[in-house]
Order: sequence, then C-alpha cells, then structure tokens
Amino acid sequence: MESAGFGAAWLQYALGGITIGAIYALVAIGYNIIYNVTEIINFAQGEFVMLGGLFAVFFYEACGLPILAAFLAAVAAVALTGLVLERYVIRNARQATVLSMIIITIAFSILLKGGAMLAWGKDPYRLPPFTGGGSILWNGVAVQPQALWVLGVSGIIVVCLTLFFRRSVYGKAMLACADNPAAARLVGIPVRTMIFLSFMLSAAIGAAAGVSITPITLMEYDRGALLGLKGFGAAVLGGLGQFFGALVAGLLLGLAESFCAGYVSSGYKDAVALVLLLLALFFKPEGLFGSKEAAGLKRF
Amino acid sequence: MTSPRFSSSDPILILQDVHMQFGGVTALKGIRYQVPRGIVQSIIGPNGAGKTTLLNCISGVLHPTEGRISFLGRRVEREPPHRIAALGMSRTFQHVALFPQMSVLENVMVGRHVRTRSGFWAAGLRTRSMRREEAAIGRDARAWLDFVGLADAAHLPAGALPLGKQKILEIARALATDPALLLLDEPAGGLNTRETEELGELIGRIKERGTTVILVEHDMNLVMTISDRILVLYYGQPLASGVPDEIKENPEVIQAYLGDEWTPDEGAPIMNGQL
Amino acid sequence: MNLRKFAPVAAFVAFMAAFPWMVAPFDAISHYTDVMVFAGIFCLVTIGLSLLMGFAGQISLAQAAFFGIGAYASAILTGRFGWNPWAAMPAGAAAAAAVAWIVGVPALRLKGHYLAMATLGFGVIVHIVLNEEVEWTGGPSGMVDIPGLSVAGVRVLSETAWYYLVWTFVAAALIFSYHVLHSRVGRALRAIHEAEKAAEAMGVPVASYKVQVFVYSAVLASLAGSLYTHYVTFLTPSSFDLMWSVRFVLMVVVGGMQSLWGAVLGTVFLTFVGNEWLHVFADFEVLVYGGILLAVALLVPQGLVVWMQEKLSRRRETLLPRSE
Repeated sequence: MESAGFGAAWLQYALGGITIGAIYALVAIGYNIIYNVTEIINFAQGEFVMLGGLFAVFFYEACGLPILAAFLAAVAAVALTGLVLERYVIRNARQATVLSMIIITIAFSILLKGGAMLAWGKDPYRLPPFTGGGSILWNGVAVQPQALWVLGVSGIIVVCLTLFFRRSVYGKAMLACADNPAAARLVGIPVRTMIFLSFMLSAAIGAAAGVSITPITLMEYDRGALLGLKGFGAAVLGGLGQFFGALVAGLLLGLAESFCAGYVSSGYKDAVALVLLLLALFFKPEGLFGSKEAAGLKRF
Repeated sequence: MTSPRFSSSDPILILQDVHMQFGGVTALKGIRYQVPRGIVQSIIGPNGAGKTTLLNCISGVLHPTEGRISFLGRRVEREPPHRIAALGMSRTFQHVALFPQMSVLENVMVGRHVRTRSGFWAAGLRTRSMRREEAAIGRDARAWLDFVGLADAAHLPAGALPLGKQKILEIARALATDPALLLLDEPAGGLNTRETEELGELIGRIKERGTTVILVEHDMNLVMTISDRILVLYYGQPLASGVPDEIKENPEVIQAYLGDEWTPDEGAPIMNGQL
Repeated sequence: MNLRKFAPVAAFVAFMAAFPWMVAPFDAISHYTDVMVFAGIFCLVTIGLSLLMGFAGQISLAQAAFFGIGAYASAILTGRFGWNPWAAMPAGAAAAAAVAWIVGVPALRLKGHYLAMATLGFGVIVHIVLNEEVEWTGGPSGMVDIPGLSVAGVRVLSETAWYYLVWTFVAAALIFSYHVLHSRVGRALRAIHEAEKAAEAMGVPVASYKVQVFVYSAVLASLAGSLYTHYVTFLTPSSFDLMWSVRFVLMVVVGGMQSLWGAVLGTVFLTFVGNEWLHVFADFEVLVYGGILLAVALLVPQGLVVWMQEKLSRRRETLLPRSE
C-alpha cells in the first residue's frame, strides 16, 4: 500500500467502498421487500445481517459444514427467524399503529441482539473467505477474492429479485398486497401468506449479506443497529421500495464512507452514511430516484 | 384582521381562475366566483365534480396549481391552513375529524386556540394571565356548546357521541374559532330527517350571527331551503349559479344531474330532494 | 372529586419523602436510595419524552443524545473552564435546546418510521462525536474528576441529599408538564396526536408545536444529563448510546405513554430492573429488556399504569352505581 501511488490508493478505497456498499444495498433491499408488502419499516433488519454472519460461523466452526453449506444453512436459519418475527410477533400486535409497530420491531431487534450476545459472547468472529487464494494484484490494487464474492452475491440477488417481482405470479401478488391489501384479498391473493413470505425473504437476504461480509469485516453481536441504519439510509436515498435505487444508493453510501475513512477521518466514517441519511430524510425523503408525487401517496 | 383596503361590502371570498391538477387529472378547471358577505352559499354537483377539492383549496389543505383566492381581501392560496384559520375561516370535514379521545368540551376548547395566546412557558408556570385566559376559553366553549345544544354532553369523550351529534360538535368547534366564513363539507351526510331539519335551523342561526356559510351538500331539500345562492360544479367547472329557484329550473343543471335518460315528464328529483 | 384526585398525590409525595428513611435501616436495601437517584434522573428524561410520544404522538430515539449533550456540557464547562455547575447546567440546556431546534425543524416534518429513523441516526451521530472528539470529551475512555454540586454553599454529598435534590427537580418537571398538558398548549398537542388535519384547520400551528415539545424534551434530558454528571463524577460515551435512547422509550412505553405517572412508574420500575434485579444475570439484561418491551407492546400497548387504571375503574363501576 505504501508504495502504491495516489491513483492506486484511490482505486483501493473505491473497491472497498463498492464492497461495503453492496452490503448496504442488500440491507436496503431487505427493508424494501417488507415495506413494499406491509408498509412496515422493520427495525430488526440489521440484526438479520448480524445473525447471518454469526450463524455461518456456528455452522462452519461448530458443525464443520463446508463454507458454502454453512452459508446456505445460515440463510435458512435467519429466514426462520424472519418467520418467527412475522408469525409470532407482527401478527399478534393488538394495536397496529405506526408507533407500536416501531416499538415492536425495535423490541424484537433487542431480543435478537441479546440472544446473540448470550450465544456468541461479545467477541468478534472470523470466517474464512468462500474461496481460498490470496489477494489478486490488479493495477497496484489488492483485490480480495471475497470482495468479488460479495459483489457476485449482491448482483445475483438483485437480478433474481427484479425478475421475481416483474415476472413471477408470486412477485406480482406481493406488490399487489402493498398497493391495496383489500383489493388484493378480493382477487384471491392470500395477503397473509405474502406478508409472511416477505419477512422470510427479507431476512434471508439480510443473512446472505451478513455471511458474505463476515470474512472481510468480522462479525459481532452489536453490529446490527449500525448496519441497519446505514442500509436504511440507502433505502431512503434510493427511494423507499425501489430495488434499483437501493443498489445505486447503497454503492454511493459505501463509496462516500470509504473515501471519508481514507482521506478525512476513519473515526467519522460511520457518521458519513448517517449524515447522508439525515440529509436525504430532511431534504429529499422521496429519494434520489423517486418522484415527489409518488412519495406523497405513501404512508410514512 | 382584514386588510385596510377591504370594505364590508366587498365579497368575503373571491376565486380567480382556480385550477387544481392531480398528476394527469384536472379536478378544478379555472373556477371564477365571488361569495358576498353574510349569506349561505351552497356548492352542489354530482360526485367527483370537485366540491371537496374546492373546499380544500379555499381552506388551505390543498394549494391550487393556478389561480388566486382572496379571503377578506387577502391572498390565501399559498397560506397553510392554520394561518387561514387565524384570518377567520373555519371548516368541518366530510368524514368527521374530531379529537375522539378528548371530551366534547375540550374539542370546542381547541377551537378557541386560534383566538388565545398563552404559550408553553405561561402554561407550565400557570401565570395569572394564562389562568384568566383558560377560564375564558372554558366559558366561551360552554357558550358554543349551548348554542348548538350539546351542553349536556360536555364531559363525554367526543368519540362516544352518535354520528349526528359528532357532526354538530364539529360545527361548534369550528364556530369557536370566531370565523367570518364557515365551510361545511356535507354536514347532513348520515343524518336522519329530524337531525337534518335541526341542522338547517342551526345553519340559519349561524347566518343570523353574521357568519358567512359555504355549504357543500347532497341533501337537496336542505340546500334548497336554506341557501341564498347556489353554485353548481360539473367536472371541475361552474355549470350554473343563482338563487335556489333559478337552479331548480336550469335545464343544464337537470341534465347534468340526470344524464340523458331523463325526460321532463318524470319530474326532476332535484326538486323532490332526492339527490 | 378534588379529594379523590388529591389523595393519591399526597400519598405519593409522603412516600417519596419518607423513602430514604424507610430503606436506610435495612442493609440489604439501604442502597435503594442510590438507585432512586438514578431513577429520578431518568424520570426527567422520560417525563419530556412522555409529552412528546404520548401526547404529541411523535417518537424520538435521540433522547440519550440530549442527555449526553447536557452531561458533557456540564463536565467540560465545570471541569475545564471552572464554571459553577449551576451556571453550566442552563448553558448545557441551552445548547441542547439549540441542537433540538436545528434537528427538530426538519425532522418533525417527517412522520412515523421516518421520524424514528431520523432521530435514531441523529442519536448515533452524537454518540460518534462524543467518541471521536477526544480532545474535548476524552473519547472512549471518558472524563473523570468532574466536580460535584453545592447548594447554598453546602456540598451535596450523601445519597440522601442527592435523592432530595434530584426528586425536587422531578417534582418541578412533573408540575410544569402537568400544567402544560392541562392548558391550551396541551390540548393542541393532543389534538395533533388525534387528528392532525383537524388541529391544523382549527388554527393549531402543528409544525411549531411539535418542535416546541421536542425542544422541551431535549431541555429536560439535558438537565438530567447535567445532574447525572455531577452525581457520578465521571463520564463515558457508552452511557449515551443508542441502547439508552431505546431504554428511555421503553420506560415511557412500559409505564404508559399517555400518562405522566406512567412515565415515572415505568422509569422507576425499569431502573430497578436494570440496576438491581438483573445484576444477578448480567448477560441476560439485554434479553430481558427486549422481552419486557415486546410483551408490553404486544399485550398491554397502553402501558401498565393506564391498564391498571382501566382495570380499577371497571371494578369500581361494577361495585358502585354511576354517580353522574
């Protein structure tokens, strides 16, 4: 690194930014899926990411599964957590006011965090990269193979989701529930099932993000809140409910954070995404790609 | 309150080419109209004609895309609702919007908000002027409950009243702001015949007090009995205006209400109060 | 009627005044006075939050930040610049008010989830600043040797003295807030909560009131932070992190959002749960907190105090013929 010139350093930061940005994008997509179907913002979204990483560690270290199997097992385990959240918590909420929904999902996130602390303790855990081999040197920039995995996983998820919502009957049904639950019910869409699916899907995507990033950044029990907040920043910046917007905004946030860490102050790097989140909320709550009119129709 | 150039013989409300567009839908197409002081002005028209949109524009809930609205000689088309309320305009809502968990009396007391001033500090410290003002608010609110005949229900939660009384309470709350102009959005909706009659009588008494009333209403009996003037809206445009008798006999109005199937022999329901 | 209202208040005041003397003789619980000092400090935060959440219907996940602003303002002004603590306290409150106003004006235009996230984000930013501005705040290792408080030239040293001092503040905040709620301003706040459109049509400047009550809650939180600083005489940023903001919300929700008594009882209860009863299994604390919050939000969303009041009044109704 020290011998690398200015250009190489710049490229290195950009690569790091894109990698972490892809994770924010996935978290944002998790928010979007649940929001699209239920208009709930799930404050436990960040915890899904944390749990994904820690479950993968568990399946890899304690159960001795190969890394890719551990990946899938972790995703399944967290999807199950999402199922529990919907089936046993959200569905039983007696007062469905926005305020009580916020408190309920926050409470659930605290439970997940507390549970993770008990199960895994307070130490950060590491996970080996999905494929071996050292960093690849490219134009003076060290590229970790795991970074490519992160980008690959994110890319596949975004493409699959876009196809799912645009093409498949289930995807369209899920969107219909968001537009008008009563009408969706009338035309025979099982709204309950769709809500239920959205929580599982969203949890699974969060988990995938968590597993992918753990080999690079490690994972510990209290990382969820910050990941969740930054992911929400990406969701708002990209226009709540929009997948492509979330992807672009996630990458932007990641880049901003990485360059801030590189050139300004590493201590304040976490604040960058949050300041951008506040600016977005205050001045452009409809997001970079959303229209003001459409935003006016949504119930925030 | 009023601007210096405003004289009492001027119209209280002047609409100049008021346009309202929602995306691709034009709800109001250049409304030009004046409402004189002290009358009951009704606005009627088929569903979707833009009546409620017009009320929302006048009261500041919506801002028209184009055009001017002057109230008591002041431009108000860009003012927020709470400023317009301070200028002396108040309203009720098509779907009752009371504060359901507050008592009937407290609901009306909120109406006095705009005519009183003690703030956070004065309230927290219970200053003498605040206590005096608070007593006056209670007195005025009770007087308005007496005026509309809800004094007995003063301490019930507003949400516990039957719909008919909720509608009356909304009027009392609006009156408590001392409005020069009162907008009523379908006050008779959901009322039975007797309640509607009482409502008509109440509106008459409000007019006697010198308050101008704009009434959006579907109950034609009520409209025809109490209105001084009627404006008919049709697809966001004024179709006709005049005194009730002129409107009843206006062929265009009858046509608009009944479509093409109507023939004069059947008698127009508009005259029988069925619309 | 008056007696029925007055009697519980008088009983409460008498109980609170006697509390240190009641627990002092028993070794096992004599330190409850200390716990109650903390509970009182947190009550200041939650009374403000109760006005904001329960009455005006606006959530804030940033109260720990205002608590921290007050605490660090007092610590820095007294420790570094030798200010009198009683001068530093209003200065901290003024700073918190200014920050709350700057953040509140744009933030309170948002509703529901967006407002929650905005306040959450702001709270985390303040926490990062407390950690990073090492020169001023001591960073993660914090500040020590912060001076204590004196009243009329006498150092406030004993826990009992602190108890009376802090709960005097709480009583003042309760009375002030109670008066605000039973006034034109309080009615306007509740009106905003119940039907914002209608409140606006009645001439209530909705945005301005939301900001006012947000600033008020920030000022109370800041005063609480100042008291906290002088009581514990050391600070670390971890006392002002996100989890604390959540705890404050939890205290209000558990007691009952729509009642000042709910805020006080919820705060005292959870302070004892956190400082006392959960020490036995420290690692379970977070889990138990989450469990309580979830159970209350799901089962008694109106909070324990309101729930108990409803139960009692229902019983009274069945026992007595209605007097009205």
